[in-house]
Amino acid sequence: MPLIAKVATTASKTAAALSRAAGRGDGSVIGGWIGLKIDPDLLAHLSSGRAVALVSGTNGKTTTTRLTAAAVGVLGRVATNSFGANMPTGHTSALAKEGHTPFAVLEVDEHYLAQVIEATRPKVVALLNLSRDQLDRAKEVAMMAQLWKTTLAGHPQIKVVANSDDPMVVWAASSSPQVTWFSAGQRWLDDSFVCPESGHPIERSGGDWWCTGCPLRRPRANWVVEDEGVIDPRGDWHMVKLQLPGRVNIGNAATALAVAAEFGVRPIEALPRLARVASIAGRYAQVDRDGRNIRLLLAKNPASWLEAFDMAEQAPTLLSINARDPDGFDTSWLYDVDFSPLRNRPVLITGDRAYDLAVRLQVNQVPFRHVLSFDEALRAVPPGRLEVIANYTAFQDIRAELDRVN
Amino acid sequence: MSTESLRIVWIYPDLLSTYGDRGNLSILAHRAAARGIPVETYEVRSDQPMPTAADIYLIGGGEDGPQALAAERLINDGGLHRAVSQGAAVLAICAGYQLFGHSFFAKGAKCAGLGLLDISSDRGVTRAVGELRGDIDPRLGLPPLTGFENHGGRTHLGPHAAPLARVTAGVGNDGQTEGAWAGKILGTYSHGPALARNPAIADLLLRWSTGADRLAPLDDTWADRLRQERLEAATAV
Repeated sequence: MPLIAKVATTASKTAAALSRAAGRGDGSVIGGWIGLKIDPDLLAHLSSGRAVALVSGTNGKTTTTRLTAAAVGVLGRVATNSFGANMPTGHTSALAKEGHTPFAVLEVDEHYLAQVIEATRPKVVALLNLSRDQLDRAKEVAMMAQLWKTTLAGHPQIKVVANSDDPMVVWAASSSPQVTWFSAGQRWLDDSFVCPESGHPIERSGGDWWCTGCPLRRPRANWVVEDEGVIDPRGDWHMVKLQLPGRVNIGNAATALAVAAEFGVRPIEALPRLARVASIAGRYAQVDRDGRNIRLLLAKNPASWLEAFDMAEQAPTLLSINARDPDGFDTSWLYDVDFSPLRNRPVLITGDRAYDLAVRLQVNQVPFRHVLSFDEALRAVPPGRLEVIANYTAFQDIRAELDRVN
Repeated sequence: MSTESLRIVWIYPDLLSTYGDRGNLSILAHRAAARGIPVETYEVRSDQPMPTAADIYLIGGGEDGPQALAAERLINDGGLHRAVSQGAAVLAICAGYQLFGHSFFAKGAKCAGLGLLDISSDRGVTRAVGELRGDIDPRLGLPPLTGFENHGGRTHLGPHAAPLARVTAGVGNDGQTEGAWAGKILGTYSHGPALARNPAIADLLLRWSTGADRLAPLDDTWADRLRQERLEAATAV
């Protein structure tokens, strides 16, 4: 490593430690920011000599990254950005903090994938899904797919692990000569009714899909979720036991197994490690307070709300919505989510934008009660399970009430 | 289509439904049903013929490519022109609003619109993103408009269209006026589920299409709170 990179690494670690000591955060952004100021190529310097996997997509990045890091851990130490700081500052900070590791598994914000591929020269890139997310500033879905496609065309050496059920992802990955396909299902279809290649409608039947105007269609998957397990490329079925809820996490586990396999990890070695992952930066965490068993589910965009409804038990449910900077200022997406699965349970609402949610639920014929605080919500439900589903900053607010549970 | 029910068509949800545009269909249907008005809703995809006999047509916002494609298909189909000439009511949002005019810009090229509103749109220097508020044309008898806008276009009105509102916060058409209306056609940059914050506009469309002078009031406690909060937020910006 060049001298400047060593200096930058030390400064980065120091800043991160200071930030943590000062109680200002987990230090995963400030450390990287300082390091990159001193050495703009620090991320490239820190990546060299490591076998790197990148995980990107609209939803499931943080969980899949955590599961993948656990799986690759079979082979040796893994550096990873486990706090969800998924831009180059977060990557730099994560690699600086861990020191020399043979492996790195990094979650990458979909907008930064091209830049992070250039810097880290990854062995494997996993592409999960693409759907609408914070549209007041995010790139249009089709533009994002095009960006990925162009980037991968310039890096034919990368092994791509991609979701065969998402037409946008399949099209983006089609420029790569080395793709392993996994089938983890696609719950959100509204952003892929139109073929990104030809503009013709995409038809669906069962789990299959195809473009009605060009050859783009669902490729045969090498890894397939089936029942409570995963079928590997040899045709062997493995039961997947997780502490994380929902079918969507079996899909995330399948992705992690497929990525780890590119490093030579066998499913049978990885599965016990996946079973030990209990929560991720507060997501899926369970906290007992005043006789209530509170479970935290993060839902950031329409697709992840549908997944959260699938995971939540039939129990009182608190929904909390903010529209601060990290959430996006636009709440229109509330009408892209069908809240009717919540009709037969007590529903509480809170958050900065509770009134937007109230009007939405009224039109959706979901009865609800508005509460002004998390404590009021706790008092409003009987002892037992309370499911909490919140978008990004609302989730962080509630997590803070619960002593920043991990 | 039956003739007893109020018929609402959502135009091309496969192309123009980027920002929760479905909300306007749900809200209209909900507010009609709450008054005991039977409703039939139709989601007409861009590969289907456009029905001509519905009472209300909704068209939403979207990206440049789908906007240009939607305009082309609606011009070729002709059904929407016939429906409007027969007196159908229209709510056109954002990209859908632009394509109701004579011309608009998509992907750097000037595209022909439907010519059903006397407006034309071009590109602004900056993108307009944020809270939007305006005082609605007094002839429509409605409370202030509140919405969220997110568009790169600027819209110029001809003599046969009136501004829907005078802007008091945000950009709208050009920083002065927002949206347009003529006959029973309403267009606005207040995007996505605009009717969630403006239930009075939903009721105006229902009155136009049923011929009723007034509708039974609904409990709009939550909508009123939302309106008040957002009108104040727009002032604070």
